[in-house]
Amino acid sequence: MSADLTKLAKLLQELDDQMVACMKCGMCQAVCPVFSETMKESDVTRGKIALLERLAAELINDAEGVQEALNRCLLCGSCGANCPSGVQISDIFIKARTIVNQYMGLSPVKKAILRGMVGNPKLFNMLLDFGSKFQNLMTSKASEKQGTRKAPLLEPFIGNRHFNPVAKKSLHAKYGTIDTPAGKSGIRVLFFPGCVADKMYTNMGEACLKVFKHHGVGVWMPATQACCGIPALSAGDKKAYDKMVKYNTEIFAEGEYDYIVAPCGSCISTIMKYWPKYGKEYPADMQRKIEKIAAKAMDINEFLVDVLGVKPEGEAPKGGKKVTFHDSCHLKKGLGVAEQPRDLIRMNSNYELVEMNEADRCCGCGGTFTLYHYDLSKKIGGRKRNNVIETGANVVSTGCPACMMQLNDMLSQNGDDVEVKHSIELYAETL
Amino acid sequence: MISASLTKEFEAVVGSENVFTSEPERQAYSYDSAVLEPVTPALVVRPTNSEELGKVIALCNENNCPITVRGAGTNLSGGTIPDKRDGIVVLTNGLNKILEINEEDLYAVVQPGVVTAQFAQEVAKRGLFYPPDPGSQAVSTIGGNVAENAGGLRGLKYGVTKDYVMGLDFFDVNGQLVKTGSRTVKCVTGYNLAGLMAASEGTLGVFNEIILKLTPPPAASKAMMAVFDDVNKASEAVASIISAHVVPCTLEFMDQAALKHVEAYTKAGLPVEAAAILLIEVDGHPGQVADEAAVVEKCLTKSGATAVHVAKDAEEKFKLWEARRNALPALARAKPTTVLEDATVPRSQIPAMVAAINDIAKKYDLAIGTFGHAGDGNLHPTILCDRRDAKEFHRVEEAVDNIFDVALSLKGTLSGEHGIGMAKSKWMEKETSRATIDYSLNMKRAIDPNNILNPGKIIAG
Repeated sequence: MSADLTKLAKLLQELDDQMVACMKCGMCQAVCPVFSETMKESDVTRGKIALLERLAAELINDAEGVQEALNRCLLCGSCGANCPSGVQISDIFIKARTIVNQYMGLSPVKKAILRGMVGNPKLFNMLLDFGSKFQNLMTSKASEKQGTRKAPLLEPFIGNRHFNPVAKKSLHAKYGTIDTPAGKSGIRVLFFPGCVADKMYTNMGEACLKVFKHHGVGVWMPATQACCGIPALSAGDKKAYDKMVKYNTEIFAEGEYDYIVAPCGSCISTIMKYWPKYGKEYPADMQRKIEKIAAKAMDINEFLVDVLGVKPEGEAPKGGKKVTFHDSCHLKKGLGVAEQPRDLIRMNSNYELVEMNEADRCCGCGGTFTLYHYDLSKKIGGRKRNNVIETGANVVSTGCPACMMQLNDMLSQNGDDVEVKHSIELYAETL
Repeated sequence: MISASLTKEFEAVVGSENVFTSEPERQAYSYDSAVLEPVTPALVVRPTNSEELGKVIALCNENNCPITVRGAGTNLSGGTIPDKRDGIVVLTNGLNKILEINEEDLYAVVQPGVVTAQFAQEVAKRGLFYPPDPGSQAVSTIGGNVAENAGGLRGLKYGVTKDYVMGLDFFDVNGQLVKTGSRTVKCVTGYNLAGLMAASEGTLGVFNEIILKLTPPPAASKAMMAVFDDVNKASEAVASIISAHVVPCTLEFMDQAALKHVEAYTKAGLPVEAAAILLIEVDGHPGQVADEAAVVEKCLTKSGATAVHVAKDAEEKFKLWEARRNALPALARAKPTTVLEDATVPRSQIPAMVAAINDIAKKYDLAIGTFGHAGDGNLHPTILCDRRDAKEFHRVEEAVDNIFDVALSLKGTLSGEHGIGMAKSKWMEKETSRATIDYSLNMKRAIDPNNILNPGKIIAG
């Protein structure tokens, strides 16, 4: 057996050990956003696990079918949170995607994006910085409120989505490496803005810097940091993922800081949970570094409320502009952070927080899911948009830049008069 | 193998988007919640209205295709595993409308694919109550509940699903619509076909619309937990409560093995040293609730409960029921495979049944936790194992055989609420008689001469 096949067999064995706990009780159906749109058993976790149980045979019979079934999942973690047997479902699907990709090979497009671009931070930054100068040539304004644009000429590639343009100047291009000592808080953080805050929602990244400054938090933001790796891991491209993790680890291991803070639940989940979990084959020294780094990872909302003690006092503000909060999946279901961003929003007396129905239901973005299954993503996002609109909110806030992209698209497509803001932006407005 | 031309005929009826042909799509309908070998259907068809449903059934019959109708596939007895003979799965989730909720006459009309919890919520919004509450209600469907005659925690006072079926219409094997029952409180017109169809597990017809009885909700309720150092005393307490003419809405039992697993999982401070606990809730008019709770408390103490904790408020009540709700998840996390049975015995036989289950666990060297609905004698011995260990799983099968033998010897029944399906059909003759089997087979043959309506379920062969 070749080394690759041995590795594949080992991964299959690991999958079997994790899947055997699935009772096929079907409780995942009740919370799966994809199933609620398609009502197809192959789109829900139980159905995918049944398929994976026969993965070895199925890879040979219908590898593409297996891949398609696996890709029709947002990795939102709702099923795992509702599973009576505690099956580690996201873990299973990530491993399964890796197995299928190892067997079938990665598509040229994914290879180019994940390994060629995102996996090469310098090139990635350069391409986007360059692209930001010319993006208006291909696009036209879609909505002032959400700051979105559309690109009918690119419809065959990106659908009819409304998207926020790449910032004229990314955070790293504007500030380079930031390295300030701890102030009155006595705390220094490694600020990990994540790709979207760095390259698209720079206002949000700057709001984070403002908050750190206000609280006397020292900041180290290495301009050279790369993507956390979640897009590659979700796509089952372990090779590209490993490259990003190793690259970041070498940089992060050099600094002195108390916490790694990001305004993105997905980035923090990845650093905190996935880096140690999916790096068992790395050299021992690298694993030790990762363990140390992962132990310091914390979402920015949690950092502000639970570490710095930012907390509203007295009655919640009433009568201001209405704001509603969308719980991103990685933030609430992955990290258990739900009250802290609401606390930060309540700090802003210009806003009255109103809860929407199904606040913790996935918005349908799911990272690369929205690229491959845009119609489904739109249906799921449409339900979220309706829930937002029903509250009569002027602003919808969230703790995840990817959710912000999806919310902006959904609201913009409907011509809604609702702004999308990160919870940190709302808090930063008070300082 | 279903021919391409027949597949096209199905597509012509329901549209190609509602016929699933690919291997991964079909495999997703090869199993249900029972620990049984999966069978991949030859085709999966999803009608979205009555007309399509009737045509699909007729087409299946004309072409001799076995049909297994599937709601959410949450049953625990293999009732929705398709037939090996190129079985077709007909989905009901395209028929998921609540057609009417009549607040004046207290009934509702629903399509079979309506999700039970969603229905109960819609009814509750109108200030009404649909009592059946199967554990899987968040996903299970009304059609599946009726077909399997699903129970739940409130069975003691409120009964099971069949007690709420006022009438229904269903397609016979030729695709003809048969109507039975009515929207009236009383209806004695003709055979009670609705009663026959409930628990028929899809072997006699395919539901189209179901008329369900609704009730006013109870105005108040009170919950308590009683701790016992002896299982017999817990059982005596159950009998004592019933003979005091109090019928709690819920009267649940948990043995020591189950308690230990639940406590390890929830850290709720449960009395793990106890031999058993009872969880009880009484409901109704506030005055009645206060009186009944006092009687229940007295019965518990008299029967030898070492402690009785009455929930002071909604939060405490929630905590008590959370312990019960966590029984299955707690047990399920202990080992990879969970085999959940529903042996049911007369209430007085609960101690004998629990003792026998413990003996069986020792005999076959298996971990078994038991919880269930003590008030109606419906126990859930839950075997914790690893189905990949062939030797162990063989012992599990023998233990299950033993459990059912004991239940029958105690004048109990094979199923209190999970149905017979494929899993328990081999004991049917033992519980009933050859004559009963023959009578049932004759009826089935007359109704379904080609034996295409969920063949192999309830009665093997």
